[in-house]
Amino acid sequence: MADSHTAVPPEQRQRTARVLAGASAAELAELWRNWPNRPEVEYLRAPESGLVMVQGRAGGTGDRFNLGEATVTRATVALHTGAEQAVGTAYVLGSHPEHAGLAAIFDALLNSGQREQVLTEVITALEQRQNAQDAARRAEARSTVVDFFTVARENDGDEEDEE
Amino acid sequence: MYVAVKGGEKAIENAHALLAKRGSGQERVTAQQISEQMGVLVSRVMNEGSLYDPELAAKALLQAQGDVLEAITLLRSYRTTLPRFGVTAALDTGALPPERRISATFKDIPGGQQLGATFDYTHRLLAEELHTPEVPAAQGEAAEAMPRVTDLLGRSALVEPDHPQDWADPEPGDLTREPATFPMSRAERLQALARGDEGFLLSLGYSTQRGFGNTHPFAGEVRIGEIEVLFEAPEIGHEVPIGRIEVTECQMVNQFVGSAEKPPQFTRGYGLSFGRAERKAMSMALVDRALRAAEFGERAVSPAQDEEFVISHCDNVQATGFVEHLKLPHYVDFQAELVLLRQLGAEFGQSTDGRASNDPD
Repeated sequence: MADSHTAVPPEQRQRTARVLAGASAAELAELWRNWPNRPEVEYLRAPESGLVMVQGRAGGTGDRFNLGEATVTRATVALHTGAEQAVGTAYVLGSHPEHAGLAAIFDALLNSGQREQVLTEVITALEQRQNAQDAARRAEARSTVVDFFTVARENDGDEEDEE
Repeated sequence: MYVAVKGGEKAIENAHALLAKRGSGQERVTAQQISEQMGVLVSRVMNEGSLYDPELAAKALLQAQGDVLEAITLLRSYRTTLPRFGVTAALDTGALPPERRISATFKDIPGGQQLGATFDYTHRLLAEELHTPEVPAAQGEAAEAMPRVTDLLGRSALVEPDHPQDWADPEPGDLTREPATFPMSRAERLQALARGDEGFLLSLGYSTQRGFGNTHPFAGEVRIGEIEVLFEAPEIGHEVPIGRIEVTECQMVNQFVGSAEKPPQFTRGYGLSFGRAERKAMSMALVDRALRAAEFGERAVSPAQDEEFVISHCDNVQATGFVEHLKLPHYVDFQAELVLLRQLGAEFGQSTDGRASNDPD
């Protein structure tokens, strides 16, 4: 399935896919409900549940191994506005058909003439919210940083301590 | 031999109705409540069910009325109904800042010791009521990078490297696709351990500490956090993020005196698991290291070092299947044993009768 518009550079596609996957289905539904002049949606591939095998690496950077599978849902849509057609695809972890379907719709909009509008109103807006949530969680986690100091070894000169 | 039985449909149907009634309670708890408030339990079901999906694992636990192995079996069966779209890029566990990151070997590490959400240092006193205290957010300080402790050690050649210089990053075997054959690659063993029973691996790991194949372990690092999953779908043509999963990673660092081929340096055991599963990851790392005995020319004398023993018995779906099948009707089987035993008994009686009259002793 070829994208209808000029190819989006991988790092831009990665950014938008990250934000769309990280959003909740409810957030995307809200944005889509309020989208002006919504194009007609045709599911080239209706949301479909499946699996991906998640791999890790021994020791973190060594040989790959199969850790276990994760559920994933994928969808591909075509949007029609008059004569214009735009195709979008999404893969989203979990078992949420509506999430994958909506992510594919916004991916298609990103391949249409409305790209700039989606980038500002959907991607940037959601990204800011997600970054704020991440920052808040990290700040909470940073409050648990501990500074251990060893006791026994630091009071030198006491022979009775030797074991 | 198992011979099929027929009948009993009505009784079985009623037994299942009774089961459902026993588990229904005053008020149903929701799967969401389970996954939010029993996250550690949900992690265990995802690990041993070998399927990351907290909502499905929570549903399975409810259906199984808290029977962990039953819930794991439900997840394992469910996964067989879904197509596999492909394989993800290998997780980069060093990437996102973890929520928890501790090292028992180095006090001062870049990024610091961060306890995160832990049961460590709690008083283990049963509470009358559960409270949710405020967590103060750390002010100002930007989160410093938290490199893996073993990577820091690795630079000074004190710890064995993760892979040799000439390394082709081999494609791992997949135990869900190919039958297990021994000896296994370390990658296949890690897959089996990742889905292995937490209790079994805990006991085996414990046995190595008590001297049954001692590997002198230190917890070099334990980290828990969310990691981005990257997947390359053919229709997209390159890797894109598809969401995040939470994982627990444990790096064990073990003594090694060296051999004719290898210098004395620390060796490593590795544990990786879905969700918050620290005990599992630590046990996995201990057993992983014990199973590398042959690699370091160590004498394999203990159960934890016996690859076939460990791998063949760590899967609790297989284990419980074989143990629990004993309670299914074995009437024909047992009848045959009974006939044989009666016959042998009769023969024994005749021979001892004869002997008793001849030999008073």
